[in-house]
Amino acid sequence: MANLTDTVHEQDVLIEELGYDDHFHEHHHGDKYQSSFISKYIFSQDHKIIAKQFLITGIFWAVIGSAMSVIFRMQLGFPEESMAWLKPLLGKWITVDDAGMGTLNPEFYYALVTMHGTIIVFFVLTAGLSGTFSNMLIPLQVGARDMASPFLNMLSYWFFFLASVVMFFSLFLNTGPFSGGWVAYPPLSALPEASSGSKAGMTLWTASLVFFVVSVLLGGINYITTVLNLRTKGMSMWRLPLTIWAFFVTAIIALLSFPVLVSAFFLLMFDRGLGTSFYLSEIFIGGQALDHVGGSPILYQHLFWFLGHPEVYIIILPAMGLVSEVLSVQSRKPIFGYKAMVLSILAIAFLSFIVWAHHMFMSGVNPFISNIFVIFTLIIAVPSAVKVFNWIATLYKGNVRLNSPALFAIGFVSMFISGGLTGIFLGNSAIDIQLHDTYFVVAHFHIVMGVAAFFGMFAGIYHWFPKFYGRFMNETLGKIHFWGTLIGAYIIFWPMHYLGMVGIPRRYYSFDTFDAFRDFDGMNKFITIGAIVVFAVQLIFVLNFFYSIWKGRKQTTRNPWGSTTLDWTTPIRPGHGNWPGKIPSVHRWAYDYGKDGKEFISQITPLEEGEKDGGH
Amino acid sequence: MDVVSSHHSNNRIPSLTFALWVSLASISMMFAGFMSAYIVRQAAGNWFEFVLPAHFLWSTGVLLVSSGSIFMAQRMFNQRNEIKYKSLLVLTFVLGLVFIVLQYEGWMAMQAEGIDLKGNPSGAFVYVISGVHVAHVLGGLAVLAVALLHAFLLPFNVSQVRKERLERTAYYWHYVDLLWVVLFLFLNYYR
Ligand code: HEM
Ligand SMILES: [Cu+2]
Repeated sequence: MANLTDTVHEQDVLIEELGYDDHFHEHHHGDKYQSSFISKYIFSQDHKIIAKQFLITGIFWAVIGSAMSVIFRMQLGFPEESMAWLKPLLGKWITVDDAGMGTLNPEFYYALVTMHGTIIVFFVLTAGLSGTFSNMLIPLQVGARDMASPFLNMLSYWFFFLASVVMFFSLFLNTGPFSGGWVAYPPLSALPEASSGSKAGMTLWTASLVFFVVSVLLGGINYITTVLNLRTKGMSMWRLPLTIWAFFVTAIIALLSFPVLVSAFFLLMFDRGLGTSFYLSEIFIGGQALDHVGGSPILYQHLFWFLGHPEVYIIILPAMGLVSEVLSVQSRKPIFGYKAMVLSILAIAFLSFIVWAHHMFMSGVNPFISNIFVIFTLIIAVPSAVKVFNWIATLYKGNVRLNSPALFAIGFVSMFISGGLTGIFLGNSAIDIQLHDTYFVVAHFHIVMGVAAFFGMFAGIYHWFPKFYGRFMNETLGKIHFWGTLIGAYIIFWPMHYLGMVGIPRRYYSFDTFDAFRDFDGMNKFITIGAIVVFAVQLIFVLNFFYSIWKGRKQTTRNPWGSTTLDWTTPIRPGHGNWPGKIPSVHRWAYDYGKDGKEFISQITPLEEGEKDGGH
Repeated sequence: MDVVSSHHSNNRIPSLTFALWVSLASISMMFAGFMSAYIVRQAAGNWFEFVLPAHFLWSTGVLLVSSGSIFMAQRMFNQRNEIKYKSLLVLTFVLGLVFIVLQYEGWMAMQAEGIDLKGNPSGAFVYVISGVHVAHVLGGLAVLAVALLHAFLLPFNVSQVRKERLERTAYYWHYVDLLWVVLFLFLNYYR
């Protein structure tokens, strides 16, 4: 790696000679932002600080969200054990009888399942993933001083924060947080009298998610504008790293789908508060007929899944972008099929808008309409397979450095394949008759989205940790984290496919009263033990993360992985405006690894005479 | 609001103006959500047909005129005609207020005919769609109020920054106008 230190000096010369002088540091009131502690670390408008705020808030929620899953898994795996020891934490949600046996309140079980889903899907894998890496990498990798509007960017974080506070508060309500599932179908979500979680819990849940959508939109507007308006000289769209393509397209999907969720919520709020009947019809509660007539709960499902399906790609595309970049850098090879990668991102984005009804095959939609959705759904497998093929081809015969970022990136590919295959089963409406709302679906989406997106995020965190904090995370702990999570995740989710195939429904508190389902307690115990171990392994990551911020091995060279992209041309701890002098200009695509006998060629290095730019 | 600019931009549209376009796409999707919900619900039957009150027709006219007046205000600004620019801006604001009053009167008229929120969704949809639209007009009035403050408090000066700012105000106003025309035609003919 000796040549890495030499290139630092060369890089400065290149930036100085060929870079682009925007007079940023002369006339800019640059240090206004950094003047006080509050404006530097709290109400910061610097994209790097905002990225860290998203990341740390995301980690906070990830710990809470997964701790919840451990609690409800204990109920599923060990229903006969006493949970009295959780009484100090959960208070009245644990009932202790005279014999000292503590049981989890069933209503609270549903609340836990609901909160787990909401928190992980929206707060961790959307805000924590997109929010963190789009903020960190878009300006750094396109060669911009900051986002197009740092102020709106700051607001984006604070709306997320507000959403977090409201949701957190709802956990402590007397009637409990919302408990009708992360998809919040009416009538459960529309009628406060339907269950105790549907009271104030649901009101706060909706409020929180509306704030969350505002955050996503403010962020997305910025990401799109920055990518289109603020690329540095020479950075054509076809020279963008795949990370940026992924974040860019993700923001477009988010901007077009989240508003529809808001429409769905508006109608829901009217049904809840003002007596309209958009989603409600002929309902009896406690033998009493309600006034609501003429609505349709399926209408909500259409609106929800019009966001809901794109949302799963909002989660996975950024992870795919991170993985593409990490795999290429760590295997010292250009990404295989760059253009095909971009085109598949675009194809996936387009298709993600026309498959939503595959979540509703069993909701009573017209089977002929279902058929159309089956076809579109199965077509998504094509661009997905193209991407998988390209990742594997990138690894093939590479000098893969098997460090933590690379391992997690490879783990991502494994998870995406395993979970994608089960999607093809579910995408057939006839097979879905058996599988819908069973543990098969739970297994499918946890592997393909949950675990895979976490792996992409971990790959990104281990890889870019030096960019965030100027230090490295501990490798040994990173590897323990990887193997523990990979094996543990398969231990948890693989058996769930079998549970689902025999028809065991998801979201049930207990299976005791069902002859067909109660014989699987062995498998349920196995899964629960896996979940506890995996949770413990994640704590290793959290410790490693915070320890390394202050005590990790120091980054001594500017470009420790030997990357071609602009993010590694800044000083080790980039200040406001990212580059101390000029902005580097770009002369080639982002994946010149192992070209012409050189280990890598940075994007700021001009093409040699007669040299052809890659990627086209 | 602080904006990072790049002297050589890849996009000829200024960043904030472009960001505005992007957010308009987003708002449009929200209304598309309402409209498709309307269509799907209507196709399911049990749909009560009624004629929209005339107020909505008048309000459409008022909003169209206000689009014209902000267009002229912008033109007068660029031609450095301070008096006309200011009066047209005030006119636009007043027309916006009139629009909201007319919408309110329209709702009252529907109410008087017995079409209320709790009745058939065909009526409730009209309230929700026009109501959420009014919320966006209120946003437009807030932006206009800022434009008025600028017009009357800052010394008159046709700078690039102020041109762009006024341009964005006008774009947004045209947008809520156009949006209402689409919604009005939709609610009128898609009964
Ligand atoms: C080959 C590609 C895929 C196909 C054909 C597919 C198909 C399906 C189908 C048909 C369902 C509904 C099952 C049911 O409820 O009965 C489903 C559920 C789900 N899928 Fe996929 N899927 C694919 C990939 C993905 C990806 C890449 C993600 C996320 C990154 C994802 C996330 C989800 C989620 C979150 C659910 C369940 C939502 C819920 O009911 O709570 N899927 N998938
Ligand atoms: Cu889907």
